[in-house]
Amino acid sequence: MAKNIVENFLRKLGKPLVVFIQRLGELSLFIAKAVYNCVTPPFYIKLLGRQFLDIGFYSLPVVALTTIFAGMVIALQTYSGFSSYGAESAIASVVLISVTRELAPVFCGLMVAGRIGAAMAAEIGTMKVTEQIDALVTLSTNPFKYLFTPRLLAGIFVLPLLVMIGDIIGIFGGFLVSVYQLGFNPANYITNTINELQAIDINIGLTKGAVFGFIIALMGCYNGYKSRGGAQGVGEATTNAVVASSILILIFNYIITGMFFTK
Amino acid sequence: MSENKIEIKNLHKAFGKKVVLDGIDLEIKKGESLVVIGGSGTGKSVLIKCIQGILVPDSGSIKVDGQEIVNANEEIRDAMHGKMGMLFQGGALFDSLTVWENVAFGLIENKRMPRKEAKMEAVRLLRQVGLTPDVADLSPSELSGGMQKRVSLARAIATRPEIIFFDEPTTGLDPIMSDVINDLIIESAKGLGATALTITHDMASARKIADKIAMLYKGKIIWQGTVKEMDNTENPYVRQFINGCSQGPIKVEI
Ligand SMILES: Nc1ncnc2c1ncn2[C@@H]1O[C@H](COP(=O)(O)OP(=O)(O)OP(=O)(O)O)[C@@H](O)[C@H]1O
Ligand SMILES: [Mg+2]
Repeated sequence: MAKNIVENFLRKLGKPLVVFIQRLGELSLFIAKAVYNCVTPPFYIKLLGRQFLDIGFYSLPVVALTTIFAGMVIALQTYSGFSSYGAESAIASVVLISVTRELAPVFCGLMVAGRIGAAMAAEIGTMKVTEQIDALVTLSTNPFKYLFTPRLLAGIFVLPLLVMIGDIIGIFGGFLVSVYQLGFNPANYITNTINELQAIDINIGLTKGAVFGFIIALMGCYNGYKSRGGAQGVGEATTNAVVASSILILIFNYIITGMFFTK
Repeated sequence: MSENKIEIKNLHKAFGKKVVLDGIDLEIKKGESLVVIGGSGTGKSVLIKCIQGILVPDSGSIKVDGQEIVNANEEIRDAMHGKMGMLFQGGALFDSLTVWENVAFGLIENKRMPRKEAKMEAVRLLRQVGLTPDVADLSPSELSGGMQKRVSLARAIATRPEIIFFDEPTTGLDPIMSDVINDLIIESAKGLGATALTITHDMASARKIADKIAMLYKGKIIWQGTVKEMDNTENPYVRQFINGCSQGPIKVEI
């Protein structure tokens, strides 16, 4: 009797578990192959350049907009929280810390995931279902090197730069609110920011940027590559890429913060 | 002429529980044009993809020029791909590239030909398949289906492969355009002295381009012979297929 219940339970658990482990195995294999191909020739420099432009340059407007408002709203909240006394010196450091350590990396990550992760999955998924990836193989071109390496490398190297730019723009947003809306002294804000700035603020942004960039490109490429069955499959791949990378970004954001600040 | 270019022995491939190839034996001689016929979904495209190494067969052997390619290492497979060209069923043109870049892809990426020279070669190939040079700078999506097929054909023959695969080259084209493509296939295969493996259910096309015809049914090659032998065969499966009857031993699952 009891044995039956256990057996049934295991059976119910079995299938999703097997599928999950299979997926995990597939993904690990994909990562291993992708990383191996990132470090062995031939390299497609021109394609890498195009990805730098796509991921980096064209993401600047959304990154600038999200981070400037993030910085502004933090300045405003800090002011209301600290009352008028002590707010002037607090605003600069609160903006600095929250923008550089959390807001700029997370917003950059999420915006780029929506913009680029989706586009990557759609492009590669379409190439997959229309046999363009098979065509690459028959033309003696390794799809990992031709399609995935440039995207992964661009993701890893461009996101940290975007985060740095987001840091500056976010702090500038705090500065705008502090000086023009709240009427504090601009010179004090700048000195406070510089005095408070630590190496860790930069390092954490760079680390998170690189990790998020890898996650976004990986999820875009992997989901695109696995898509099958025409337009519907590509649509699913696109959704999966964005959802998976957004969730992973938030999880890894927590993990990295934990690694930097709990020693 | 007795030299086998491609030799397939007891090839099996299944997707999950669905058995697609169930023991294929097939030989293609050097310079020969073999046409594989068979109903929709019988695994013709899967067969070609196994030979190309795009799909990995479950068991069996595929030899190209006497070299085993099932589970071969990357070096051997790269060398194989250098010898092969493929016209895909759906064209499979790269839509991020222009028409001429598609045609010249193998020349630029693998033969390291300078872009300028490659473009001239691409335009020459486009002319050869009956397209004017002004399509060279268009994107593939701006072309009609028939034009895309021709561009794909030009790409397949650009690197002068020893073996060319044509997956349903005439499907979806009008009869005249089909005949133009047939002529192009004969011309390009004979012109290069290449071995050709064509898949089709277009019997007019099969008659025209085949040295030999093989019929695929339920995962096996059930008949092969010349066009003349095909017309005289008593084999009920082949007779039903070439006459296009719904009555006969081949049952269509609706
Ligand atoms: N990657 C794949 N995964 C799962 N099943 C597949 C895959 N590729 C092909 N199949 C299945 O294998 C069978 C044969 O497919 P194939 O494309 O070879 O047919 P075909 O003979 O080329 O048909 P058609 O003449 O319509 O092109 C089909 O039933 C298809 O569902
Ligand atoms: Mg097919």
